[in-house]
Amino acid sequence: MIPAPDLAFTLNGRTVSTVDGSIGAPSMRLLDLLRLHAGQTGTKEGCGEGECGACAVLVDGELVNSCLVPVGQLHGCTVTSIEGLPRVDPLVTAFARAGAAQCGICTPGMVLAARALLDRVPQPTLDDVREALAGNLCRCTGYARIYTAVLDAATDAGPGKAGGR
Amino acid sequence: MPVPDVAGSVAPGTAAAAVAGGASPSSRAARGLLGAAVARKDGPAKILGEARYVDDLVLPGMLHGATVRTRAAGGILERIEFGSGIDWDSFVVVTAADVPGINATQMIEQDQPVLAEHRFRHAGEPVLLLAHADRGLLREAVEAVTLHERADPSPVFSIDDALALRGEVVPGNVYRDYLMSRGDLAAGEAAAEVFFEGRFETGAQEHVYIEPQGMIAYVDAAGVLVVEGSLQCPYYVLGTLTAVTGRDAGSVRVVHCTTGGGFGGKEDYPSQLAAHAALLTLKAGGRPVKLVYDRAEDMLATPKRHPSRTLVRIGAGRDGRLCFLDVDFVLDGGAYTTLSPVVLSRGVIHAPGAYACANARVRGRAVATSHPPNGAFRGFGAPQSIFAIEQAMDGLAEALGMSPLELRRMNMLRPGDRSVPGQTIDATTDFDAVLDQALHESGYLEKRDAFAEFNAANAAAGRPLRRGIGLATFHHGAGFTGNGEVVLASEARVRANVDGCVEVVASSSEMGQGSTTTLCQIVASALGLPLERVSQAPVDTHDVPDSGPTVASRTCMVVGLIVEQAARLLRAELIQKAGLPASGADEHAFAAACARYLDGHPRLEAQARYEPPANVQWDETVFEGSPYASYAWAAYVAEVEIDLATCEVALSGFTAVQEVGKVVNPVIAAGQVEGGVVQGIGFALFEKVAWGNTGTMANNRLTNYIIPTTADIPPVQVFFQEQPGGIGPAGAKGLGELPMDGPGPAILSAVNFALGTRISSLPVMPEDVMAALSAHALRVAA
Amino acid sequence: MSAVDPVSGQPPAPWYRPVSLADALSARARWRKDIVAIAGCTDLMVGWNAGARRLPPVLDLSALAELRSIEAGPDSVTIGATASCASIARHPVIAGRLPMLVASARQTGSVAIQNRATLGGNIMNASPAADNPPVLLAYGARLTLASVRGIRTIDYASFHAGYKRTLAEGDELLVSVTVPFPAERVTAYYRKVGTRRAQAISKIAMAALIERDDGAGPAVVRNASFGFASVGPVPLPAPSLSRSLRGLPLSGIDRAQVERALAADLAPLDDIRSTAAYRRSVAVNLVLAAIDAAREAAPRG
Repeated sequence: MIPAPDLAFTLNGRTVSTVDGSIGAPSMRLLDLLRLHAGQTGTKEGCGEGECGACAVLVDGELVNSCLVPVGQLHGCTVTSIEGLPRVDPLVTAFARAGAAQCGICTPGMVLAARALLDRVPQPTLDDVREALAGNLCRCTGYARIYTAVLDAATDAGPGKAGGR
Repeated sequence: MPVPDVAGSVAPGTAAAAVAGGASPSSRAARGLLGAAVARKDGPAKILGEARYVDDLVLPGMLHGATVRTRAAGGILERIEFGSGIDWDSFVVVTAADVPGINATQMIEQDQPVLAEHRFRHAGEPVLLLAHADRGLLREAVEAVTLHERADPSPVFSIDDALALRGEVVPGNVYRDYLMSRGDLAAGEAAAEVFFEGRFETGAQEHVYIEPQGMIAYVDAAGVLVVEGSLQCPYYVLGTLTAVTGRDAGSVRVVHCTTGGGFGGKEDYPSQLAAHAALLTLKAGGRPVKLVYDRAEDMLATPKRHPSRTLVRIGAGRDGRLCFLDVDFVLDGGAYTTLSPVVLSRGVIHAPGAYACANARVRGRAVATSHPPNGAFRGFGAPQSIFAIEQAMDGLAEALGMSPLELRRMNMLRPGDRSVPGQTIDATTDFDAVLDQALHESGYLEKRDAFAEFNAANAAAGRPLRRGIGLATFHHGAGFTGNGEVVLASEARVRANVDGCVEVVASSSEMGQGSTTTLCQIVASALGLPLERVSQAPVDTHDVPDSGPTVASRTCMVVGLIVEQAARLLRAELIQKAGLPASGADEHAFAAACARYLDGHPRLEAQARYEPPANVQWDETVFEGSPYASYAWAAYVAEVEIDLATCEVALSGFTAVQEVGKVVNPVIAAGQVEGGVVQGIGFALFEKVAWGNTGTMANNRLTNYIIPTTADIPPVQVFFQEQPGGIGPAGAKGLGELPMDGPGPAILSAVNFALGTRISSLPVMPEDVMAALSAHALRVAA
Repeated sequence: MSAVDPVSGQPPAPWYRPVSLADALSARARWRKDIVAIAGCTDLMVGWNAGARRLPPVLDLSALAELRSIEAGPDSVTIGATASCASIARHPVIAGRLPMLVASARQTGSVAIQNRATLGGNIMNASPAADNPPVLLAYGARLTLASVRGIRTIDYASFHAGYKRTLAEGDELLVSVTVPFPAERVTAYYRKVGTRRAQAISKIAMAALIERDDGAGPAVVRNASFGFASVGPVPLPAPSLSRSLRGLPLSGIDRAQVERALAADLAPLDDIRSTAAYRRSVAVNLVLAAIDAAREAAPRG
């Protein structure tokens, strides 16, 4: 009927494309590309319908649920999953210090949601944090330590300090 | 597994005597480690997405499994039809006929088949397992199977219907009927001057661990059946696997994967799921099979918190002193026994609340219905019965014309009191101090007045906002109920390697609650080592002893105590046989001693076994004695704001004060309380399981089963008090489940305060608030 | 392209991602409703689990830059069909002139959803619970539909023909939504009552735009328009209510009158998220709250 287009995009700094076979059908969920094909399992599947945010990644710096993104729409985009986050990042440090990860299954998505917030609003208020993370369900923490972590990371990366991006 | 000569069992409370020479370590690194806010050991790997959960594992040649389930709410399975258009030979197919051993999950009873064969009791019961390398084909195959069922004509979907025998799931519909009776109820009733009577209900609650349940099974090169997965209780799983496969424990291994939340939901069900994965791999000649549920299947098939119905009659003198208490507590156990008897017993024991009452009767029943079995969920029956008694206390206070606070203050348990079950409250208990702090931190008294004024002014002006504040006071027993810990006789080990690194060797399973870090802190502290020298060995039943299941707020307190004893034994052994200085040794001296010891011994390991304190005696037959070795005490205050235009209840503040003996890690402990409180908020205000017409969860999607988001949850204030009266390390008590008990009653009290209503069930949804307001308006008009 | 999907091992579903509207319209004309137009995918992909089969052929509109634009004119703003909720919420002119649209866009799912979900998708998916349609109804939005035959505009209020049915022809694509700026002396009142405060599907939502006449006497309703979600098979305007309020003094509108009018306009049902009784009652309360807000905004109350 209609051919699928060739497509290529950047995944955590590496180019993936249909030409080299690293992307299959355009209808493939970005989540499956990450987990099953690229073997990058830091992105988790909690519901498969965009409700829990465990699969959240950044596409061109914006937070998306990778279970609701077909790879066919990503031509030319830059995708960052938790594996693409700098290993040393104020958020990572702040999450560890605050005890913001318990079971950890929501944490990569939560960290990326926080990253997207801080990139847009470097010094967020608690209300900003609560709005920005509302699509990332956590069942362990009651969120309190996550609020602390994100606000601390903002302070750590604040004016005159290194970090952030 | 052989254990070296240092192994020995040590009774709690006698540690100093049993481990002579094990005086407190003096290393600077270890000093103050118990109580230190050290970062979680599992934090970085989880934050960076490097931790491997079961669904992250890919094994060579791995197949994917799927489950075909019954549709009717009980009935007879007449035939399985395999549709056309599927190459069935390419699938691994397992039915009940393929079960080599006993076709039953090994819980309290063996009534629940691993795969239904003929008679089944609920919709969603597993019948047929399929495995294939291609998940797309697997999905098509599941759809191509037709189960020919003859449905039961009268399934039972409610507690009332079960008790009235409108349909019979099992003869009589009652799994257990317990009675806890103290004093003279008739005399108490005769003495009482003011009475309250109420009926209270709580709904089912789904765990919503964000990682759905999953297992991988395979047969390794040595012929051992290995099952790895998301679970809380490795030895429960092992018990079912050996029974189902007919293999001995030596040829079955259960391995715990990083587990994405449990909350009780991965206590019993993983045994079923592991059996399914095992049956598939055995049928597939040992090829790895991954069986991971999607969210919809997880919510449909796995246990929920037991719905409850509680009748309470309570009476007091005009001064407010309780004269009698009569509780009829019923849990909906669902279609198989599973854990219902023990959930029930905890619920019965907590039903009188944290109050003294000389004349009391609690009857508890777990009934059979046609729902999938309900099971363990944080709090384990106590949140349901504590909800009822706390609401009844509010009702009695109103009848007395007293404040709910005064009534509680008058009747709360204090040192020397005997609780209704028969436990003498120990001298370290200071419930008043807990309550006082909760009142102070929340501003309870001031807000009560201010909110009442605010409401009156708004009512007069026709404005829609109302505010409410509610209080709950309660305690929660830690560890297995009654003689449970005696039966478990849990064991754990501490192992040191030649480089002086130490492993905690226990079956306690990290699922987010922080047990790995906590246990390592305890061991590091006992050995005088910095925390980074201690880790937890992988939880693998071929290596770790049975430390009991990871449930019941018991890990820090009970297993912590065992590993602490084992660490002291190991240290004593090193002092005695390897020249470890008895004081002042740092990690280098420790490592050197380990190296010296291991030069002449094959391994360096110490084991200890739990023996309950002598004063903890429990008579299961009459429900009398001391059911728990330690209790944590709490007072919670909830504040709500309600918009009458929509009847939405917004939580505007929450204060949780608890006395937990010893806070081993403040960050982890606070995280447990914050998380538990928010689950309790969900239980109270958001989470409603909608049952479909065959008795399974109809809203089995995260879109429709609503747990709180960040937007719904303001920061919760958490405070700890420490009275080192617990049996755990440094006096620690269990605290994991405690925070689930308080939010329900405190929030509903706040709602009823705000509106003047008498809502008596949870969850309280806006629709319920609206209905109650209509009823209230009618009552006021009349 | 690869011959097979490495996940499912099957030939991939047909996928067409044109870069010009003309090509998109040709494809639409050729395959009509046999091809599914997609953009943000936040509704469509729910349930595309790994291993899902038989996905429909797809017409992917996400490469069409012309459909993503938001253009403000003197009297209205024209929002491309594939503009995301996030871009709408961030747009300064929309923020200044159409605050209800900002509010509804920011309450559409979560941030991750808002970054992907499009206004056109929210309309064309035709869910009665969709978040932005009530606001579009209240503001009196018009839709521009295009096909190889040409372009037409229609009132959004007439667009939904029945449950999941619209007046779009099989060869048409929604191109843009034009939202007129409201007159002066209006009060805009929007409230989404969801199952929780964020990431929620509405139990009921209402947008109201009440235009006052501040004559010599007490303020009266010159015009009132409404939009409702989740109280009928489609997003609903409330024409009876609008008619019944016209010319009434803002301080003299009673509950019974609103109830009567809404009884004709709304058709709420019991479902998994709420009850008809609750929805009916809250609808009345929200209308009264909007009228209160308009009265409070009036110079002479």
